[in-house]
Amino acid sequence: MTNLLIWPILLPLLTGILLLFAPKQIRFQRVLSAISGAGLIAVTVFILLTVRDGGIQTLELGGWTPPFGIVLVGDMLASLLTTTTAVVSLPIVIFAMSTIGKEREQFYFYAFYQFLITGVMGAFLTGDIFNLFVFFEVMLISSYILIVHGGTKIQLRESFKYVLVNVISSAFFVVAVAYLYAVTGTLNMAQLSQRIGSLDSDAPILTVIAVLFLIVFGLKGALFPLYFWLPASYTAPPSAIAAVFGALLTKVGMYSIFRTYTIIFTHDTGFTHQLLAVLAACTMVIGVIGAVAHQDVKKILVYNVIVAVGFVLFGVSTLTETGMAGAVFYLIHDIVIKGALFLLLGAMIIAAGTSHLRNMGGLIKHHPRLGWMFFTAVMALVGVPPLSGFVGKLLIIQGGAQDGQYIIIAVMMAASLLVLYSMIRIFLYGFYGRIRLEKADQHGSTKGLLLPCAFLIAVSAFIGLGAESVYQMAATAAQTLHDPQIYIDAVLKE
Amino acid sequence: MEILMSVTAGILFMGGTYLVLSKNIIRIIIGTSVISHGAHILLLTMAGLKTGAPPLLGLEASSYTDPLPQALILTAIVISFGVTSFFLVLGYRAYKENGTDNTENMRGTDSYD
Repeated sequence: MTNLLIWPILLPLLTGILLLFAPKQIRFQRVLSAISGAGLIAVTVFILLTVRDGGIQTLELGGWTPPFGIVLVGDMLASLLTTTTAVVSLPIVIFAMSTIGKEREQFYFYAFYQFLITGVMGAFLTGDIFNLFVFFEVMLISSYILIVHGGTKIQLRESFKYVLVNVISSAFFVVAVAYLYAVTGTLNMAQLSQRIGSLDSDAPILTVIAVLFLIVFGLKGALFPLYFWLPASYTAPPSAIAAVFGALLTKVGMYSIFRTYTIIFTHDTGFTHQLLAVLAACTMVIGVIGAVAHQDVKKILVYNVIVAVGFVLFGVSTLTETGMAGAVFYLIHDIVIKGALFLLLGAMIIAAGTSHLRNMGGLIKHHPRLGWMFFTAVMALVGVPPLSGFVGKLLIIQGGAQDGQYIIIAVMMAASLLVLYSMIRIFLYGFYGRIRLEKADQHGSTKGLLLPCAFLIAVSAFIGLGAESVYQMAATAAQTLHDPQIYIDAVLKE
Repeated sequence: MEILMSVTAGILFMGGTYLVLSKNIIRIIIGTSVISHGAHILLLTMAGLKTGAPPLLGLEASSYTDPLPQALILTAIVISFGVTSFFLVLGYRAYKENGTDNTENMRGTDSYD
């Protein structure tokens, strides 16, 4: 099964192409999307188990040996993230079936959703930095279409800014790749790591390139001070699309920082990683300020996406094995729980008919299951022990302590507390409080919407309760990142 | 030659930045296109320009140009072409729907906050 690694990319791509042929057959579109989603989970889980038992898997595309050809690398980090992506993408597409509306369904929503997943999977699996750019573009072009899909006034207004920011950052990506190629003469990540690792003197130009990459990925991943485009763009599209954006897109940017700042740019950690740590701390602060300040439930959640970026990148910046394992763990947890929360808020907005807290209230009377599921998800997000957020945060804090970053740990704890406050506010004002809508006045029903949410919360509970096995895998991933030699040996086979 | 190309890339970036900072949708889109061109020229220059030899090497070739940046630039050009055409359509639709091509009037205004 040497071609195994191509399947997470090929499966959604082929599904997407098939879906293009019959845009008006909604039934066909739905069934095929669901089957492909389930198949993707099966394939990625299989890859995850193969990597767990057999070490890093590689696939040389076209039979070209690594430094010359493009190589797909399935190490533990990549396979954990592809699995999580597959697990989250299926419930979101099922949620979309009952919320996105007939017109959007008929205009290629499912096809572009599949292309988006193709790009995300490819970005996780590739071992070549220019190929990473290409998969970024695959993902971004699909995301441009999804964010404007439906063409409402607010979507057109916000997507223009979204596209502009991303086009500029893509240009920067090309520039960064150009500089990197000029300095090192290679674009293969393993060989880059080898060449930069064997440098005797510190090369200031490499630090410049590292910062340039940080700008590029920081723009995609919403790192302070490059997060400004995110809140408005993510609140514009319908809930299902916002869910896939919030759960996956920023994570790809974070993954890329993760990859480049552990395997490639470790020549001047005193500057680059300290910068990353400080920016991570600022990101947490800005995120919670936004989350606490807003009254619109979508905005509150979107600012929480920014907070999570800070948590994960702080874990990366510690460069300790514990901190990185924590970051991997938290990243997985955050993909799942953000997906769940976006879907739950989507259901809540349908039930309440508004996204503004001031007009909500008393939802728990008619929607008890929605309410308690939301409560559970909030507890998981904040990190109450049996659920999934706890272990990741604990490990990140441990890693931070080993690195001596006590101030940032304090910021992180405070930020966690404020995250709890901002989310509990939704629960108190939205679900408790005065009942605004009697059963008869309600516009939409949440029938059938709770199943995908329940699935994601169950996954979160599984990650929390089965933390031992997930932690083992996260630790393996962190070990590879901490010691790039493992990665180099697996890819270049020297 | 490399110096000249670097200066050209710099001028393209400068012009592109100026256009992106204006308030007109069309100018912004053309600006992004110009910036992409600057990035592509930079990519080509960074690998070193050698004149008088084809990029594909025979085993005995005494000199050849590095083919990799040319492959990269081709990919990048195709991508930026596709994105620019999408962006133009998006700009047109945004103009039709919002009734303005001035970004000053496209600020998001929340009705509550």
